[in-house]
Amino acid sequence: MKPFGYQRPATVEAAVEAFAATPGARYLAGGTNLMDLMKHGVETPAVLVDVSRLPLDAVEELPDGGVRAGATVRNSDLAAHPLVHDRFPVLSQALLAGASGQLRNMATTGGNLLQRTRCGYFQDTSAACNKREPGSGCAARDGVHRDHAVLGHSERCVATHPSDMAVALAALDAVVELYGPEGARTVPVAEFHRLPGEHPERDTVIRPGELITAVTVPGTAAGRPSAYRKARDRASYAFALASVAAVLDTDEDGTVRAVGLAFGGLAHRPWRARLAETALLGQRLTEEAVARAVDAELALAEPLRDNGFKVPLARNLAVHTLSGLAPARSPQRL
Amino acid sequence: MSTGTGSGTSSWVTMTVNGVEYRRELDNRTTVLDLLREHLGLTGAKKGCDHGQCGACTVLVDGRRANSCLLPAVAQDGAEVTTVEGLAAGDELHPVQQAFLDRDAFQCGYCTPGQLCSAVGVFAEAAAGHPSHVTDPGRASGQGPVELSRAEIRERMSGNLCRCGAYPNIVAAIEDVTR
Repeated sequence: MKPFGYQRPATVEAAVEAFAATPGARYLAGGTNLMDLMKHGVETPAVLVDVSRLPLDAVEELPDGGVRAGATVRNSDLAAHPLVHDRFPVLSQALLAGASGQLRNMATTGGNLLQRTRCGYFQDTSAACNKREPGSGCAARDGVHRDHAVLGHSERCVATHPSDMAVALAALDAVVELYGPEGARTVPVAEFHRLPGEHPERDTVIRPGELITAVTVPGTAAGRPSAYRKARDRASYAFALASVAAVLDTDEDGTVRAVGLAFGGLAHRPWRARLAETALLGQRLTEEAVARAVDAELALAEPLRDNGFKVPLARNLAVHTLSGLAPARSPQRL
Repeated sequence: MSTGTGSGTSSWVTMTVNGVEYRRELDNRTTVLDLLREHLGLTGAKKGCDHGQCGACTVLVDGRRANSCLLPAVAQDGAEVTTVEGLAAGDELHPVQQAFLDRDAFQCGYCTPGQLCSAVGVFAEAAAGHPSHVTDPGRASGQGPVELSRAEIRERMSGNLCRCGAYPNIVAAIEDVTR
């Protein structure tokens, strides 16, 4: 690991100033991804600006019944918080499906979103990787890519974003609050991460020096049936091969009034399934209708040589999860 | 107040480990694990993968389990750390240490300090009512402690690998303590 300086500003404004004043600075929160990448030699910051003790650790109820989670709230605390656990089960379930108990105690809301979209070749400095070293090529495209993207990838990069939390947030229409040298702004979580295109080195739309200060989940979906389902190679403590976050609102006879559906493990970002959502609006929630809608979305998939299994896996996860959210009184419940 | 070293690459760090306060000037690259093992002579916490994947380095930081290999010591300035050396009360073993002996919950023992600290963290998390991936999602918040079934123990301990495969006895030992 390369030597680095360390600063711990006391306010958000001071942190942003410290970052701007120091070439090669990186913000440090829980460090669970950054420290790992520094040990691999992938990240070589000149200075770490420690934001983990900034006063951004509150979970607050919003007037509309939603919730605002500060950037430094630990993943384990957010998952267990009554506002999250009881109103937005999909978010609590997604957080608990990620990493290990130890890592969830360390990892933060902001850091979870800003963990790198990555694959094994990104972490191996001897391998070609356009994300790590633009223009060097992609060892994954013809390499070991069973875990890689089937949607929205490019010639340059086929990595996936590993967050579970972000998939739930995308399905919940959550919003990222940012503060940077040019002031405060917000970005929907579903638009926060990028597809790789020509610039896989950029994972998100965050601007240089910007800091995530909070994530807000609007109250619209509070109390609606929701769930997160994750398929992985072992029962716990592994990234998703595919995952699905679903939030549903139906009327009494099972007609879909609103639906949020997002996939994890399939793309360079959480994949909000807008085509499937649109297809389901106003439909009775039958297994056939769900399958048709999900198939329309996954028709966009372009699997690599060895990861075609992800498409039916994601389809079955989505059909099972959405169907399971149908109202109990509905004769269509599956 | 702002803390830090500016362009310097080392910092003074104060940390209370197993009730004893230490103050050391450390290269900023020093992890809590390296501080414990290389500077304080506390070699209970083990360096397995050094990337947060195996759990052998698990310690309690301010009462909560964490992978000490991924924690820069400078960022934990002021923290209270408990390692496996600090679990016993004098000659009296912590109940989970005794249970590991009674159940023969190890073979080579390399992962054991991390398993023990992790288990102590699990007890606190379950007592606080924190759900896990296998807890019934319909269980509302505020219903008190989560009962540690075998499935709960296996899920909650999944961040601690044992390459000898002593898992059945590790789960049994932890289950003994909950009874």
